[in-house]
Amino acid sequence: MTTIRVPTPLRPYTGGAKEVEVSGENVTQALGDLVQHYPDLKRHLFDDTGALRAYVNVFLNDDDVRTLQGEATPLKPGDRLMIIPSIAGGAPREERPGPSPSATIRPGSVPPRPA
Amino acid sequence: MANAPLVTTELDLSHDEILRYSRHLLMPEVGLAGQRKLKASSVLVIGTGGLGSPVALYLAAAGVGRLGLVDYDRVDFTNLQRQVIHGMGTVGQRKVDSARARLLDLNPDIRVETYDEPFTSENALRLSAPYDLVIDGTDNFPTRYLVNDVCVLTHKPNVYGSIFRFEGQVSVFWADRGPCYRCLFPEPPPPGLVPSCAEGGVFGVLPGTIGTLQATEALKLLLGIGEPLIGKLLLFDALGLSFEELRLKKNPRCRICSAEPEIHELIDYEAFCGVPGHDHEDGHLAREWEVEPAALAAELKAGKAVRLLDVREPHELEISRLPDATLIPLGSLASRLHELDSAEEMVVFCKSGTRSARALELLAGAGFRKVRNLYGGINEWARQVDPKLPRY
Repeated sequence: MTTIRVPTPLRPYTGGAKEVEVSGENVTQALGDLVQHYPDLKRHLFDDTGALRAYVNVFLNDDDVRTLQGEATPLKPGDRLMIIPSIAGGAPREERPGPSPSATIRPGSVPPRPA
Repeated sequence: MANAPLVTTELDLSHDEILRYSRHLLMPEVGLAGQRKLKASSVLVIGTGGLGSPVALYLAAAGVGRLGLVDYDRVDFTNLQRQVIHGMGTVGQRKVDSARARLLDLNPDIRVETYDEPFTSENALRLSAPYDLVIDGTDNFPTRYLVNDVCVLTHKPNVYGSIFRFEGQVSVFWADRGPCYRCLFPEPPPPGLVPSCAEGGVFGVLPGTIGTLQATEALKLLLGIGEPLIGKLLLFDALGLSFEELRLKKNPRCRICSAEPEIHELIDYEAFCGVPGHDHEDGHLAREWEVEPAALAAELKAGKAVRLLDVREPHELEISRLPDATLIPLGSLASRLHELDSAEEMVVFCKSGTRSARALELLAGAGFRKVRNLYGGINEWARQVDPKLPRY
C-alpha cells in the first residue's frame, strides 16, 4: 500500500480525506486507484485523454516523479506520494461582484439562454 | 551551496542606527558589515496584503535600506483579519500609502517607494530594475508567472510564498542558481479548478508564518548567510504544525530558464492563464444568465416557481441562508446532478457569485437550460434585499 497525501484544494473531492491508502505498483496505478475511489477527483488530475495534467505535480517521498521515471516510477510498500498543488493565494482581494464571474466563465462556455 | 551575498556595497550607519540594530550587530553573522550591507540593499515587494504585510514590516525593522511596494488596491475592513500592516485608521486608503506610513513609523531611517498600480508586463521590468531582489506576495496566477519571468530575465532572486486555507508554500526561485517557478509549475491550472482565498478562506495567521519565512530568506540572500531555499520547496501545514521540504530540480525543458528557452520576453500573462490578474475597471453589466437579487426577490414575490440552489459549504449556512434553498456544495455537484430537475427554473448562488458561476458552467454542460446565477451571491442579496443578513 502507498499513502497519497491530498492537498487542501483537492480535499473537497475526497470527502475531506487528507491521506488516502492506495494500491498500485507504479505512480500511474496508484493515482488510478485514487480516482477509482474518488471519481470527482478524476478531472482535476487527468485530462480527457487520461494523461496526467501538466500542472499536477506528484512527488514520491521528497522527489518530483518527473525527475525519476515519471508516471512509470515504481512504488515500494511504505512509499508516500504527494500531490503538490498550484496555489496562488497571498494577498487575496475580497471577492467582489462585478467582473469576477467573467474570470471563471471563458468565452465560448457561456451557458445558453434559458429556452 | 555557498551563499554569496547579493549585495556587496555598504553604507555607513549613524549612531542612532547602530543603537537600533544592536541585536543584529552582536551577531557575527550579521555584524556591522552585514548591517551596512542591508542599508545598501533594496527589495521590491509585490502585494501589500497577507504576505506583503509581514515581509515589509520585518524587512523595514531589519534595516533594508530601500523598500518598493506594488499594490493598486485599497484597505478593506475584511483585510484586517490577516493584513497586519494596515489598521482601522487606514481602511479605505490606498494600501501602499497605508503600508508606507506604518513602515516609516517603525523605521524612519529607510526609504519606502510606492507604486499604486498593477504589476503588468508593461511596467514590470521598469519597476523591478532598481531592486536587488523581488518578493512574490501576489494572489493570482498571471502575476506569479509574470514575477517569475521578470526575475529569470533579469537574473534576480524571486522569494516565493503562497497560501491556501491552512497550507503554505515557500521557495527561492533563482534561475541563475537553481530552478524557477515554471520548472515546478510549467502551466497554470485552468480557471476555476483552484478556488481563491476569497472563496476558500484563509487562516489569518498563515500569511504571517509564510511571509515571515519569505522575509527570512530575503535577509539571508542579501547578507549571504545560511542555506537559502534554492532548489527546495517548503510546505507548511498549520493544522498539523508540520513542515516538509521537497527537492526541486531545474527542468531541462523549462520554457524560460532552460538552455534553449522559448520565452525571451514578457508575454500576455492573463491570456496565458486564462484569467485576469487584476480587476478591470469595467462596471457590471447584467449578463443574460445572471439575475440581480432585487429582480429575483420580485419574481419570488410574484409567485414564480424558482428553485434556489446554494452551492456553498454546509458551515457557511450558519452565517447566512436563503429560505427553501437546496444545498449542494460545488465540490459534489457533479456527482449529485440526479437530485436536480432540468425542467425546473433554477437560480444558483454562493457567497458572492464566483462558485455559482462555475456551478452554472457545470450545469449548462450537463444540459440544464433554465439556470441563472445570482449576481453578487448571498452577500449582494443582503445588500439589496435583506439587510438583516450579515455579509461575510
